[in-house]
Amino acid sequence: MTLLSEMNDKAMALGVPLSVHIDVTYRCNERCVHCYLEHDDKGEMTTAEIKNVLDQLAEAGVFFLVFSGGEVFMRRDFLELVEYARKLLFNVKVKTNGVMIHEAEAKRLRELGVEQVQLSVYSHRPEIHDAITKLPGSLKRTVDSIRFLKSQGLKVTLSNVLMTVNRTDEKGTHALAKELGVSYTLDPTVTPKMDGDTSILKLRVDDENLDTLFADPDLVGNVEEFCKPPAPVDDDILEGYSCSAGHTACYISPYGDVFPCVQFPLPTGNVRQQKFADIWYRSPQMKEVRSIRVKDLTVCSSCTHAGSCTRCPGLAYMEGSMRGPSSSDCEKSFHRTGIPSANMLRKASMAAGGPLVQILPMMV
Amino acid sequence: MSAEPMAETYIARSTTIAARMLGGEMMIMSAVDSTFFTLNEVATVIWQAADGHTPLSEIVERRVCEEFEIAPDMAQRDAADFVNQLSQHGILLVSDQPIPESKPVAAGKP
Repeated sequence: MTLLSEMNDKAMALGVPLSVHIDVTYRCNERCVHCYLEHDDKGEMTTAEIKNVLDQLAEAGVFFLVFSGGEVFMRRDFLELVEYARKLLFNVKVKTNGVMIHEAEAKRLRELGVEQVQLSVYSHRPEIHDAITKLPGSLKRTVDSIRFLKSQGLKVTLSNVLMTVNRTDEKGTHALAKELGVSYTLDPTVTPKMDGDTSILKLRVDDENLDTLFADPDLVGNVEEFCKPPAPVDDDILEGYSCSAGHTACYISPYGDVFPCVQFPLPTGNVRQQKFADIWYRSPQMKEVRSIRVKDLTVCSSCTHAGSCTRCPGLAYMEGSMRGPSSSDCEKSFHRTGIPSANMLRKASMAAGGPLVQILPMMV
Repeated sequence: MSAEPMAETYIARSTTIAARMLGGEMMIMSAVDSTFFTLNEVATVIWQAADGHTPLSEIVERRVCEEFEIAPDMAQRDAADFVNQLSQHGILLVSDQPIPESKPVAAGKP
């Protein structure tokens, strides 16, 4: 066990919110086809309000702080917020599209001791990347900003989302990251929009792409290890939790709404009306999320993948129940191991049209 | 012939680290090399007292020896080792002169 995972366990036991993701704005200069956000400003927190929230987060024990959006640099006070956060000794990670980062911004992020900058790049080809972001010239500007950040010695991650519209460019995008000398992450998850609109889910890649993805050692490391059948489900797994959402992590929107995670749109309170600690420790919704163990999950508790699945309670919530399955994770578990999930077997059985109740004659 | 007086050591917390208390331990992550540390109670006291202008010997004498009832010789030796380790990771700045309060500075070599 690493020291960091020991600290995670300790934070979990103490109920400390070790990590907070805060979106400082939903405004953006790109209009990515897969984005789940609504970009109009509906009353963002002011500089003073965000600083006040940061004070409260430091007081509550938050160590890892992610600034994201929208595009963070759409706020003129963004670097002031980063400076304030660093004075409070947060470990700061910034997610951005980078198109507004030039040498001066890169230098300042470096001076402030930002731990990592993550930039979204969807293809190595401008015609594909710019078509996804709907901002002409955006690939060049993002790549330029990566070079500025790298030249300052910052740790940079290139983050790609695999979709139907860029699936054939995955290798090229990964090669671009290598050429730039930065880390690379790939996520095949496309989530419904915040207003519940699921039309963008058509951008999700199909089964064949997932199979290819999980068989690529460049992405998953040891393929045999990554794709091995799940370990038998035991009591430790059943007594455990799905993920850190609401346990050691949460999300705050630009309007002050607090959620268990950026992918878990269950409102738990608002920092404009309540203290963060009151929401974190006393919100009934947070308490409910925190109470759910694997054994309480309606379908997943009986699934062979229960101990190794990436089940997202937020996606499950959007699908209908925070205790239910997250179908896209069922698909991933299946394509990783070749073993169908309990949810998939249940759906197949229902689709086969078998009787809901089987009545057998009594044997006498 | 009189002995040369020992040079004082001054320590200041680096501005390039992230730090937070968790259950009585100080978590620290270096932005220089992303090394993650936890400090025990005694080390946390020294780290918190590292204001750049109080000599290390005084911090150890007034905070460590008195609060934790540790023998002065042992406490000074352990503190010197601890300061040496943290300074190698850029977490503590060490000087034989008082260290002025610094503005945020670049974290390691570009």
